[in-house]
Amino acid sequence: MSEEDAPFAIDVAGITKSFDGRVVVDDIPMRVRRGEIFGFLGPNGSGKTTFLRMLCGLLRPDGGQGRCLGFDILGQPDDIKRRVGYMTQRFSFYEDLSIEENLDFIARVYGVPDRRGAVAAGLARLGMSSRRRQLAGTLSGGWKQRLALAACLLHAPELLLLDEPTAGVDPKARREFWDEIHGLAAGGLTVLITTHYMDEAERCHRLAYIAYGKLLAQGSVDEIVRQAGIFTWQVQGPRLAELATLLRKTPGVEQVAAFGDALHVSGSDRGALAAAIAPHRRDPHRWTEIEPGLEDAFIRLMRSSGTQ
Amino acid sequence: MTRPPLSFRRFAAIAVKEFVQMRRDRLTFAMMVGIPLIQLMIFGFAINTDPKYLPTAVVLRDRSPFARSIVEAMRNSEYFQIVGEVASEDEARRMLSLGEVQFVLNIPEDFSRHIARGERPAVLLEADATDPAATGNALAAVSEMATSALRHDLKGPLAQFASGPPPFDLRMHRKFNPERITQYNVVPGLMGVVLTMTMVIITALAMTRERERGTIEMLLATPARPTEVMLGKIVPYILVGYVQLLLILAAAIIIFQVPVEGDPLVLFGATFIFIIANLSVGLTFSTLATNQLQAVQMAFFFFLPSILLSGFMFPFRGMPLWAQWLGECLPLTHFLRAVRGVFLKGHGVSETMYFMWPVALFAVVAIVVGVKRYRQTLD
Ligand SMILES: Nc1ncnc2c1ncn2[C@@H]1O[C@H](COP(=O)(O)OP(=O)(O)OP(=O)(O)O)[C@@H](O)[C@H]1O
Ligand SMILES: [Mg+2]
Repeated sequence: MSEEDAPFAIDVAGITKSFDGRVVVDDIPMRVRRGEIFGFLGPNGSGKTTFLRMLCGLLRPDGGQGRCLGFDILGQPDDIKRRVGYMTQRFSFYEDLSIEENLDFIARVYGVPDRRGAVAAGLARLGMSSRRRQLAGTLSGGWKQRLALAACLLHAPELLLLDEPTAGVDPKARREFWDEIHGLAAGGLTVLITTHYMDEAERCHRLAYIAYGKLLAQGSVDEIVRQAGIFTWQVQGPRLAELATLLRKTPGVEQVAAFGDALHVSGSDRGALAAAIAPHRRDPHRWTEIEPGLEDAFIRLMRSSGTQ
Repeated sequence: MTRPPLSFRRFAAIAVKEFVQMRRDRLTFAMMVGIPLIQLMIFGFAINTDPKYLPTAVVLRDRSPFARSIVEAMRNSEYFQIVGEVASEDEARRMLSLGEVQFVLNIPEDFSRHIARGERPAVLLEADATDPAATGNALAAVSEMATSALRHDLKGPLAQFASGPPPFDLRMHRKFNPERITQYNVVPGLMGVVLTMTMVIITALAMTRERERGTIEMLLATPARPTEVMLGKIVPYILVGYVQLLLILAAAIIIFQVPVEGDPLVLFGATFIFIIANLSVGLTFSTLATNQLQAVQMAFFFFLPSILLSGFMFPFRGMPLWAQWLGECLPLTHFLRAVRGVFLKGHGVSETMYFMWPVALFAVVAIVVGVKRYRQTLD
């Protein structure tokens, strides 16, 4: 199926999954355009990994249907698997095989043309050509992540499903990783990526946020912040910890979070928030209203869904 | 600096944790209760190193009271169970070779006439002595018993033969292993035992290892099909199995000098069926077990009865019927018969297939169960 036929790399609706009678993924729709970097966020245990597993045929959804790269997710898992690179949250390559042997195995299973060349290129991209005989199990955590990513890219997939690919990776490698992802996306690759890092979320074209298995918001960063309906003030000055304790008890204030030498004070009712902070708006504290951050928006989304 | 004394609290913390883990792992718990029970049953009730009621066929060429007395005496003894009269010697040989009977008693023509003339005619008792332990006691008992058997019949003019040497000559033929060398029986049997142990354990670990280490998630996300994964995991071990077979075969011939009466190629063919059966059992276990320890335990659970009830350690016919039926369900039992047949009895393809078809059936069932149990998803 060509790109014209399927403008969406992922187009699913109503995806539902329960474990032992507990609904873990609840009626989630998702549309990801080709060439898009789509961030998938949500608190721990919200069902992100489970959702990714259903997309690539590792779990069978209890309900819902849809297409992945134009193929039916229920009926054509083999076609999907061939075109998808799935990087698992937990390192899942063979620790008792060397780096090169792992790549070679993947290249064989996917029937990569010019296997040796592809493996050599993968090693070079990793910068591991000299360490290619090292056992994967002896790599450090961050290097394991990089190996996994290189292995996922080996068969030139059309869609990458990355489950927290940068957990435990150092800032420089993280920056390089994101540069590479953007480069690949520019070349037409679609990327669905889960992360808990806000800076990474902001590097995505679009985002989805789920909690308790439910989709709470979907859209660009700005859209999500707007959907969250949250207003934030920043305050700087001395003895912020005392101020924070005080503010947390004040009605109208929903979140107080410390950022270095400043506090972010947020609420969903702009008037109530202003009234709540009014008594404290004097020296030595300096107050400024700021654009709410993604994190504030997510916490607000999660709380409001939890209280429903 | 003095080290603090041992702490009961810390010790208790570890002990409590161990108990909790033990309780979580139901299978291990079941094994701890199950293994002693199985051993008790097998060693306590099933194993008997003095086998009795061994099936015996009779070739009766003479229907005199003398002949009938001998047969009757054997029937009355605890060692022989007369399963029937056979018309021809060829038929009797066939039964002996296939292990349908343990003994064949031949009473020659004109037996009574020769006795009456004091010519001491020969009575031939052929034994399948493949396993010396199975026949030893019976053969020891038989000569004495036969002598006393005719005492009542030797009346009148024949009374003179009642004392002194028996009036007939009891010849015993220990066929297939005349020198009663235990190794001839054990070493070929070891082939089956070693293959059972390694093939089942290795494959039981094969899938569970992927699951335990988390690599299954990556493997299932690749386009590899279940059949490809299964075959890919099985075939290397078939080769391992043949390496083991060759090793034992070489040792059997060179070190233990076990005669190879049959064609080794037949052995290789039978081994193929046997290896497949064991690998399928292992694969089935590996789809059932959730971790590698459980897989090994299941393999052990299979191995224990195999080695004890197959006729490898103890004579098969020494066991009570229920244990024999259990033994008949195990591939090793049949493979042992086939291997010993090729080695000691010179069996060819048709006899070997006679022993191996239950193993083939077993393999088919195990494969079906294994493939049915193989999950292509993580649920
Ligand atoms: N095989 C399973 N059996 C039972 N429950 C499961 C299974 N897999 C996942 N769960 C449950 O489903 C829920 C969602 O898990 P999932 O791994 O999808 O969360 P996640 O969003 O990826 O979390 P994290 O950010 O921590 O990776 C959790 O509550 C988890 O306990
Ligand atoms: Mg996860």
